[in-house]
Amino acid sequence: MSAAFRGMDVVSIRDFSREQVEHVLKLAEKMVPIAKGEERSVLLEGHVLGSLFYEPSTRTRLSFDAAMTRLGGRVLGFDQPAGASVAKGETLADTIRMVDAYSDVIVLRHPQEGAARLAAHFANRPIINAGDGAGQHPTQTMLDLFTIRKEKKKIEGNNVVIVGDLKYGRTVHSLSEALAMFGANLTFVAPPSLQIPKEHLKQIESMGHKPKMATTLAEVVKDADVLYVTRIQKERFPDPAEYQKVAGTYRIDLGLLKDVKKDLIIMHPLPRVGEIASEVDSTPHAKYFEQAFNGVPVRMAILGLVLGGLK
Amino acid sequence: MKEFKVTPIRNGTVIDHINVGMALKVLKIVGVKEDVSSTVSVLIHVPSKKAGWKDIVKIEDRELDPKELDKIALISPNATINIIRDYNVAEKFVVEVPNVIKGIMKCSNPGCITNKDEPVEPEFVVESKKPITLRCVYCDRITTDVAENVQ
Repeated sequence: MSAAFRGMDVVSIRDFSREQVEHVLKLAEKMVPIAKGEERSVLLEGHVLGSLFYEPSTRTRLSFDAAMTRLGGRVLGFDQPAGASVAKGETLADTIRMVDAYSDVIVLRHPQEGAARLAAHFANRPIINAGDGAGQHPTQTMLDLFTIRKEKKKIEGNNVVIVGDLKYGRTVHSLSEALAMFGANLTFVAPPSLQIPKEHLKQIESMGHKPKMATTLAEVVKDADVLYVTRIQKERFPDPAEYQKVAGTYRIDLGLLKDVKKDLIIMHPLPRVGEIASEVDSTPHAKYFEQAFNGVPVRMAILGLVLGGLK
Repeated sequence: MKEFKVTPIRNGTVIDHINVGMALKVLKIVGVKEDVSSTVSVLIHVPSKKAGWKDIVKIEDRELDPKELDKIALISPNATINIIRDYNVAEKFVVEVPNVIKGIMKCSNPGCITNKDEPVEPEFVVESKKPITLRCVYCDRITTDVAENVQ
């Protein structure tokens, strides 16, 4: 397996087979004590991570930094393009070629879709996509899968309800395809204007699954094993009143959770803006902070694999 | 005797059965520009037995590379290519949609990195030939309207 990973670009979850994803999740499990600081590691000592964030990010950037540092490696880069050569008009291709010479692996967050694929085209070092516009965010998908597997022991057969902005939400598209690959039962809950795009639905159906569609949470939440909540962005609505109405409909609070399964887990890629009431945080259902932590061991596993430190 | 609005050419390439209205885009695709050194005739809206109406392009003294011509299939899947030598059809073939498209059209996704000032040619994988469905290699966006995006 290691030969397949060493030097590999991590651009899209579609580039991975189910076996490869399972291998990452298994290794991530072993990384947990190191990610928590309970054990020390020098696995990637002497290695340099080039971290290029053209868009603001808190969790993704910090968890990559933490992952690399915990494994004994170092991080260089920028977290906002202002002041960097980018602001002077340098092409992404040129920036990538430069950073390629300074580091052993490059993590890229960029507002344009396809940016990571382009970077992979110009770099000799592995490129890890940390989100390209409304496109892919494969390490988020892997940490989501990791969280479900950790909490539920397996992914297959779970009823996963995904709610929110399913049209533009970056995490939703790759996650739903990956969940279908693992045999989870999917339900998409969104207002019709923000439902999952047809091409993604087609892709999921091509794997032999027929997802359910719903417009309200109440009708589907009782059977859910996993409730995956995403943010509905204000700017998607021309009318603020319409936004308020829609956002209110999908708010998760204790009232909604009255008749849910005992072991339902609630996930959210964060940041949340009112989608989940803070009263939910102290319930055993809330797993979104664990989910955010899980980014560290999963990214450790990925860095270790593409740099050849892990097998 | 049959009356020709445009006379037969002696040597060169005739692209026939072009979907009506697509002749100028065909010229773009095959890279025939104003710096061409021979005569190019473009017939738009010509009666056709098969399709009702069609366009025809005749390029004199130039035999186009069949590989290049396959790109025409993207906007005119029924187009035929006739290589003319000394007034005779020396070769005739039907265009076929290639598996990979590079450089002739832009991605329909305005947010795609290939639509920014980066040194790459847009590239597409042909997911389906009928109906034509292309997937951008960079941003994964699916495009079915090729004519709209020919550069």
